[in-house]
Amino acid sequence: MELFTNQILAGIATGAIYACMALAVVMIYQAIDHLNFAQGEMAMFSTFISWQLMQWGVPYWAAFVLTLALSFAAGIAIERLLFKPLAKAPILTNVAGFIALYAIINSFAGLIWDFTIKQYPTPFGSSPFLGSQLISTHQAGMIGITLLLLLMLYFFFQFTRVGLAMRAAASLPESARLVGINTSWMIALGWGMAAAIGSIAGMMIAPVVFLEPNMMLGVLIYGFAAAVLGGLTSPFGAVIGGFLVGIFENLAGTYIPGVGNELKLPIALALIITVLVVKPAGLFGRHIVKRV
Amino acid sequence: MSAVEDVATEAPAVEAVPKRAMTLGAGTSLVVLALLFLVPAFAKNFIVFQMTMLLIYGLAVLALNILTGGSGQFSLGQSAFYAIGAYTSAILMEQYNVNYALTLPVAGVICFGAGFLFGQPALRLSGVYLALATFALATAMPQLLKLNFFEKWTGGVQGLVVTKPDAPFGLHLSQDVWLYYFTLVVVVAIYIFSVNLLRSRSGRAFMAIRDNEIAASAMGIDVALYKTLAFGVSAGITGVAGGLGAIAVQFVAPDSYTIQLAISLFLGMVVGGVGWLPGSIVGSAFIIFVPNIAEGISKGLSGAVFGVLLFLVIFLVPHGARQVAVVCQQALGKLRGL
Amino acid sequence: MRSGAMLGIAALAALLGTDPDGALAQPTYDPGASATEIRIGNIMPYSGPASAFGVIGKTEAAYFRKINAEGGINGRKITFISYDDAYSPPKAIEQARKLVESDEVLLIFNPLGTPSNTALQKYLNGKKVPQLFVASGATRWNDPKSFPWTMGWQPSYQSEAHIYAHYLLTEKPDATIAVLYQNDDFGKDYVKGLKDGLGAKASMIVAEESYDTSDPTMDDHIARLKASGANVFISITTPKFAAQALKRLAEIDWKPLQFVANVSASVGAVMMPAGFENAQGVLSTAYAKDAADPQWDDDPGMKKFNDFLRNYDPEGNKLDLATVYGYGVAQTLVEVLTQCGDNLTRDNVMKQAQNLRDFAPDTLLPGIRINTSPTDFAPIDQLQMMRFKGQRWERFGDVMTGDVGQ
Repeated sequence: MELFTNQILAGIATGAIYACMALAVVMIYQAIDHLNFAQGEMAMFSTFISWQLMQWGVPYWAAFVLTLALSFAAGIAIERLLFKPLAKAPILTNVAGFIALYAIINSFAGLIWDFTIKQYPTPFGSSPFLGSQLISTHQAGMIGITLLLLLMLYFFFQFTRVGLAMRAAASLPESARLVGINTSWMIALGWGMAAAIGSIAGMMIAPVVFLEPNMMLGVLIYGFAAAVLGGLTSPFGAVIGGFLVGIFENLAGTYIPGVGNELKLPIALALIITVLVVKPAGLFGRHIVKRV
Repeated sequence: MSAVEDVATEAPAVEAVPKRAMTLGAGTSLVVLALLFLVPAFAKNFIVFQMTMLLIYGLAVLALNILTGGSGQFSLGQSAFYAIGAYTSAILMEQYNVNYALTLPVAGVICFGAGFLFGQPALRLSGVYLALATFALATAMPQLLKLNFFEKWTGGVQGLVVTKPDAPFGLHLSQDVWLYYFTLVVVVAIYIFSVNLLRSRSGRAFMAIRDNEIAASAMGIDVALYKTLAFGVSAGITGVAGGLGAIAVQFVAPDSYTIQLAISLFLGMVVGGVGWLPGSIVGSAFIIFVPNIAEGISKGLSGAVFGVLLFLVIFLVPHGARQVAVVCQQALGKLRGL
Repeated sequence: MRSGAMLGIAALAALLGTDPDGALAQPTYDPGASATEIRIGNIMPYSGPASAFGVIGKTEAAYFRKINAEGGINGRKITFISYDDAYSPPKAIEQARKLVESDEVLLIFNPLGTPSNTALQKYLNGKKVPQLFVASGATRWNDPKSFPWTMGWQPSYQSEAHIYAHYLLTEKPDATIAVLYQNDDFGKDYVKGLKDGLGAKASMIVAEESYDTSDPTMDDHIARLKASGANVFISITTPKFAAQALKRLAEIDWKPLQFVANVSASVGAVMMPAGFENAQGVLSTAYAKDAADPQWDDDPGMKKFNDFLRNYDPEGNKLDLATVYGYGVAQTLVEVLTQCGDNLTRDNVMKQAQNLRDFAPDTLLPGIRINTSPTDFAPIDQLQMMRFKGQRWERFGDVMTGDVGQ
């Protein structure tokens, strides 16, 4: 029994990582109706930038805010320069663009900062949280930041004009244009916000997994899975999805004999597919009705 | 978060390729075929080997073209079927001493079955969700291949070494040249089959589903059957490609068939022109040669150079090589009209 | 005059006649070698999941630049051609064929990765091209009977595991062992070595957890291993995951006797990020000196290494074991090629490679020497155990062999 509760707790702790990433994934999906494979790499690059700033003597929170701003700007710049020209191209071509972006960012990060792992500081400290050895104060802090982000996103989308405009531009672009919304800039804004959220995710994740160019590989896959599980249109679902994926991953490894340990990722993904078959829009997603 | 339904009138994710433009004209086809046939006469063994790999990956991209360009189903999981085909060939050849040529149909059939089975749960998924499901399949495959349970057959992480066949009937051809011609024959046969498939009733059913699934089902097309059929056929062809790949490389290992391969095949399809079968070979050339070119330009930044070159291609020709061919055709047409 | 010339000719004839090796005879070359050049081929993962190891190739390129600047090998310049295989065996085969058939290199040196090298082994042995100093610790490179053209370099994973097993059997016979290993050839080979080394006592292993490089954290694996109640933890991991494991063990307050694989024993790349306080008492083995360890600051060999970094590889990272590795293996190749003299055939390259006696590159630990013979294709088979104390490793005990043949 103790092992069971331990695994649940540990799952929530790891799940916070996935939830953080999943929020960025949902954000970009809101903007462009597709998944951006380079999301993880952008988050990693932002984290490296913040690390570099700290190496140059900038204190943690100043570096944090500066990186946020830089990532936001970079997200918009990437969209305007690289993906706006592809707006009329088929969606599959855009996906190829994401893959190209992934390759470019990963390669540059490897060249500039090489592949040895680097320690990344946490503002929350690393001692056991509330005496529990399974959740450190950092992981508790990460969960807190994720929930805070979630709340902020909720307010943004539900109660601000810009948020409403973004939602309109994403679901009904034609109609949105008719009421004067500049859908093109909404997309750019979406990219900027997704990059910023991604950078937060990166800066929260790096203290746990250590900073290096390939650190987001596994996280991104689980982040996607969590976002899809929770429903790609729902930030709340993304967070719940993240925790669920973390918990399930742990339980599968512990209780499925023999292969559970070796097949962690496929089992996690199989679960998600099963959920999708039953609930195609994810647990909390809005049901999409297709009209002919 | 609310229960309100969203209404979407989306354009099809994969755009249609006009039927006439789907293949090269007869004249061009013969020229290309002749060129391919003559290559070994002029090239060193190493180039012949590269050309064999070109054909093999071209076959895999062709399969993906049928699935995505033909029936509109997005797949990032072709590497899984390629792996199954490769291992089937390898195991049959090395552990059961089956003749290499016979392993290919077996690989094809097994992969057809696997694709058909995978197509079933995939029926309810589309677009980004199907992408994720196929992605899951592709990441699962190397891990499955490493399982201790299968180690007796698969050789586990160490993989299996495969013997390359000699030319039959004592022909004085090197192994490389023989394998090249063998591959060429197989590829041409499957290409002709695919073209006919897409022109047939089944092909029209695929394309109807791609363009508008709801309308297709309203017209009486058995959507479920054709979607899984498309998966099956595509997987089967990929399996044959995998088998050929195993023989050409003479080695199979879990690490040869990672998600990188699936992504490469996807890129090959996009660069060649989605749904344009002849483009498969252009796409295949891209994924084999451009990384080498990128490495030649900068070893430290080879990934970045590759990404930049890919961006260049998709900026200049968003519809892939098909766009280039269409432009050429129009130019030729103008010349003839003069 | 004529008699002088006759005398000269006679003397020459006598010399030629009495010269057993024919060393004074015409120099002989295979493709890839000439009077001015030696072409060396290499295959490394410069992109893809294993791109961290590309550093080895870069270091070797820099080392050969140094050798060229110093006059080359017996007056011949080295042309080092290194291609990327992205850790994919089919790509490795393609690059190897290019090197042998198109670039016409004399030998393939230090190709990296067990899967890629397994693919290459058959091809290169068939073509009779040396596959020299393979960058992998699998035992299959020490099989001169079946693969006379393939030779490894570093101590094999299994021999290292044997040493840990031996240590436990003698020093801690009541041990219960939990093993964390990477789910690939590296990890599985190690576990095999461990079980073989423990022999009848393999049941001392009470828990095994494998992980994939796509796993974001080690947390759940460590939790399960702790739950097994073991008092020994063996970490068969690559640097990033070794650091994660070390850190996690400290976080959940589990204090077993820890072993870490030699490839992750780097002070700068593993111990420091994980936190020195978490690494106290950890055991490992070594065959090379750690460049980040100040105890070698005055060592003549390491001084040469540091000079090399300063002059030829300023971007090289001292903290990365790969840099030290690249230097050591490149130096070994230069020794072999120098021994070849003017007889630069592939046959002779293998002959000289099998004929290394007590050769010590600058970077190997004192007491560890390279020895090869026609039946021993494992150049380095000695290791010394070490314990982490304070901020550095302290070696203890004798230099040992793990003794795993073919």
